[in-house]
Amino acid sequence: MNTALAILLQTLLLLALAPLISGCIKTLKAKLQNRRGPRVWQPYLDLLKFLRKDMVISEHASWVFRVMPHALLLSTLLAGLMMPLVSVSAPLSLFGGVLAFVGLLALGRFFLALGGLDPASAFGGMGSSREMAIAAIAEPALMLAIFTVAIKAGSTNLSQMLLAAQAPTWQLLNPAHVLAFAALFIVLLAETGRIPVDNPATHLELTMIHEAMILEYSGRYLALIEWSASVKQLVLMALLVNLFFPLGIATDLNAGAVGLSLLWFVAKLLVLSALVVLVETTNAKLRLFRVPDLLSAAFILATLALLSTFLFQ
Amino acid sequence: MVDLPPSTLLQCALCAYMGGALGSLAALRREHLASLVGFGGATVASVCGIGAALLALTGGPAAGATTFELWPSVIPALRLGVKLDPLGAFFVLIVSILALALSVYSFGYARGFYGRKNVGLLGAFYNALLLATTLVFVASNAFFFLIVWEIMALTAYCLVSFEHKEAETRNAGVLFFIMSHLGTGCLILGFLLLFQAAGQALGSYGPDAYSFESFRALGSNLSPGRRDAAFLLFLVGFGVKAGIVPLHIWLPAAHPVAPSNASALLSGVMIKTGIYGLTRVLFDFLGTPPNWWGVTVLTIGTISAVLGVLYALMEHDLKRLLAYHSIENIGIILMGLGAALMFLHTDHPVLASLALIAGLYHTINHAIFKALLFLGAGAVLHATHTRNMEEMGGLIKRMPKTAFFFLMGAVAISALPPLNGFVSEWLTYQSLLQGFGTTDSLVKLMFPLSGAMLALTGALAAACFVKAFGITFLGQPRSEHAAQAREASPTMLLGMGLLTAACVFLGLFPTVFLTLFGPLTQQLLGQPLPGRLILGNGWVLGNTQELGGTVSTLGIVLTGICLLPVPLVLWLFFGRRTQVRIGPTWDCGLRGLTPHMQYSATGFSKPLRMIFKALFRPRREVQREYDYSPYFATTLRFESHIEEAFVTRLYRPLKRSILLTSRRMRGLQAGSIQAYLIYIFVTLLLLLIFAL
Repeated sequence: MNTALAILLQTLLLLALAPLISGCIKTLKAKLQNRRGPRVWQPYLDLLKFLRKDMVISEHASWVFRVMPHALLLSTLLAGLMMPLVSVSAPLSLFGGVLAFVGLLALGRFFLALGGLDPASAFGGMGSSREMAIAAIAEPALMLAIFTVAIKAGSTNLSQMLLAAQAPTWQLLNPAHVLAFAALFIVLLAETGRIPVDNPATHLELTMIHEAMILEYSGRYLALIEWSASVKQLVLMALLVNLFFPLGIATDLNAGAVGLSLLWFVAKLLVLSALVVLVETTNAKLRLFRVPDLLSAAFILATLALLSTFLFQ
Repeated sequence: MVDLPPSTLLQCALCAYMGGALGSLAALRREHLASLVGFGGATVASVCGIGAALLALTGGPAAGATTFELWPSVIPALRLGVKLDPLGAFFVLIVSILALALSVYSFGYARGFYGRKNVGLLGAFYNALLLATTLVFVASNAFFFLIVWEIMALTAYCLVSFEHKEAETRNAGVLFFIMSHLGTGCLILGFLLLFQAAGQALGSYGPDAYSFESFRALGSNLSPGRRDAAFLLFLVGFGVKAGIVPLHIWLPAAHPVAPSNASALLSGVMIKTGIYGLTRVLFDFLGTPPNWWGVTVLTIGTISAVLGVLYALMEHDLKRLLAYHSIENIGIILMGLGAALMFLHTDHPVLASLALIAGLYHTINHAIFKALLFLGAGAVLHATHTRNMEEMGGLIKRMPKTAFFFLMGAVAISALPPLNGFVSEWLTYQSLLQGFGTTDSLVKLMFPLSGAMLALTGALAAACFVKAFGITFLGQPRSEHAAQAREASPTMLLGMGLLTAACVFLGLFPTVFLTLFGPLTQQLLGQPLPGRLILGNGWVLGNTQELGGTVSTLGIVLTGICLLPVPLVLWLFFGRRTQVRIGPTWDCGLRGLTPHMQYSATGFSKPLRMIFKALFRPRREVQREYDYSPYFATTLRFESHIEEAFVTRLYRPLKRSILLTSRRMRGLQAGSIQAYLIYIFVTLLLLLIFAL
């Protein structure tokens, strides 16, 4: 019963908080560029509007096109349920650790890319092809950085990894963790389609990745996809802030502790968002074939992180 | 209840394969009857085989009585000994499950050959291959093993060359033949080494000296030099069959050209005989391994996995693509086996059993989803008469059921939860990650690094199957054939459905299946199943560690079903009044899309081709013809070509030097009797000197 309640609450938290973080990033970015920008809750209004719109579906599309938004949302939510957000024990921590987390995100991406190919448009195929290529080269860096932390914690269970980070042996400036964090930050930019890799604000055919894949989607399906994208962004950011800065996270489950932990969690997310915004504003988008250089830098950072666990054990 | 010992069932299976082979040969002239007898016999046999294997693995009271002789041999010193031990039974289970689904599928598939090819022969070779493969897994001495190994290779050659009217097929067959015999040569040398040592130990070189029993007794008593030599010989010998890089070049040539039911058999089972052989030799015969064995196997596994999937990505021949994925998956299996060897060296038997289970679990998983994908590809080939993905598209509308089965296979092979590929890769990750703590030397860095390469492999496989499924089944048809494709026949669908069900079962209920591994680890490592592997009343898959990672694919699926109301609620609250309109795909306001404006398979893999350009070295040729100015071309010809570096850098120079040497040797064969007499005399002289 408790687990069911935890699943329900965390699902609601994921769905409610994710658009807010997207909104904050947009507003913050506008402020940093001397624009007024949209309001923070604009993403909620967007989702509401999409949900109420009629849909136009391509005549070439099959059932894969209709299944995709649901598969994407469910797999992203399931991944989110494995991630400890405000309490150390995630609702689904027994059902899967960090490997299942990465696997579920990959499942969502798999369907997303198929959804891009389904309506027989060149844009969709282009987006799918680029998305899968970039995800493929981001994956080893992501996994190696996670392995470094998992090996130190002695478990791939995210709740256990968090608990190990809270033990007194924890040092914030441990070289392995610093390097792994840097690697994961780059992967975060790639996986959430942020500026050096993809530009979330553009609809220019030749540069876009994520937007190209979902070009044929409209109405309710588009809302589900956008929502999933922001939930994915939220859980990946949660992976970074909670794993490397487990500050203030609740270890016991009473209302006060959880409330305080929620405040901490949002504050940490905002700091990380500010960091993302800073990178987005000070950098130009990379050419597609420069992205592998960036991601191999992430891989090298992760390898160094691993090496340093060996050297400084 | 009749008490059936596994040996009786196994004998029934062998007889039924034999009957199927002979029966379809007898009915050579009557295609329908031949197909019925041939594939019917294989169906019966496979059911018996599954029964025998399950009985032997669950270790009923009769499990001890699984040694028997096939029939008394007429050749002295040759015993046709059969022993169904847990390791053999596990592989018999794999071959029998596949044989069941493939035989059901073949009833419908063989119809495509009626009036064109001889179905009786197909049935005969098919049954003979299954018979030989089953016997490879249960042979209990080296002599008999090599005989059935060769029968297997020969029948496989016949199946590869089945459509021998095409030059591509003939070349592939010959390449397979040569490589296969290279491997067998190494195996014979390896077994001779063991035979010699066993003969010394026993004091006699009789039939006992080449039985597997006496090889097992040798174990660590072998001298290190001999053990290392034996390891290398077996690694090459079995590695050729398994298709490890760089001995793999025959695999992507030979598997695609065979009939699709045979391709599924070759990729699903026959390459697993290499894995079986390696497991048998490394874990059963050769005793505690030195560290470099494990390191070698793990490295080869990692390289095979990454290169296999990279070359698969560049293929747009659907069956060749699948064949390259076999190399990738053999690599993943070897990662598990290599890690297990390293754990044995550092004396961590529990971890070794985890890694071994990971490797063997991936073996059965790969057999099942690869066979499923080959059957799907076969159905597509049957319907469109092409293996070229660039001429397909939109098949999901015309072959919806095949498309669904292929999609399930694609999800499984891409190691995505909740299907079976994910479970075995999860186990592999777990054993690799725990390997980090087993040693203090720099070698421990290999574990997480190969884990990262496994992640790369998985992600590339997902990209490859987005391409394979998306280009083949989604979008608009790219050719007339694809536009007029028809759904596969009911028996073909049933065959694919059986394998899909197996994928789902092995994915969702790994804890049920893993109990079968108990006798296996007991036999090979003297260890029961790791205690923490099955947790939470069989709901959750754990690993060997206290507080270690856990996963429950069943739990994930059930929670996913519980979350289904989320989109439903959104629709109920906000979108009930919305309407759905079917419209054309966005064409930028131009005159309308043609199928050729879709992304092609070549286009889809272009980013990865550019990223890994140093490896692929793609050659491209663009020819433009124009009337007035080069800016207004009338026709444009584009050609892009990738050749494997191993072929251009290793095999082609090798072939050239062999041909050159043999041309020089030809001078010796002058044709004059006098010269030959001198050769004989000189040889005799040399031998005499050598003997003194």
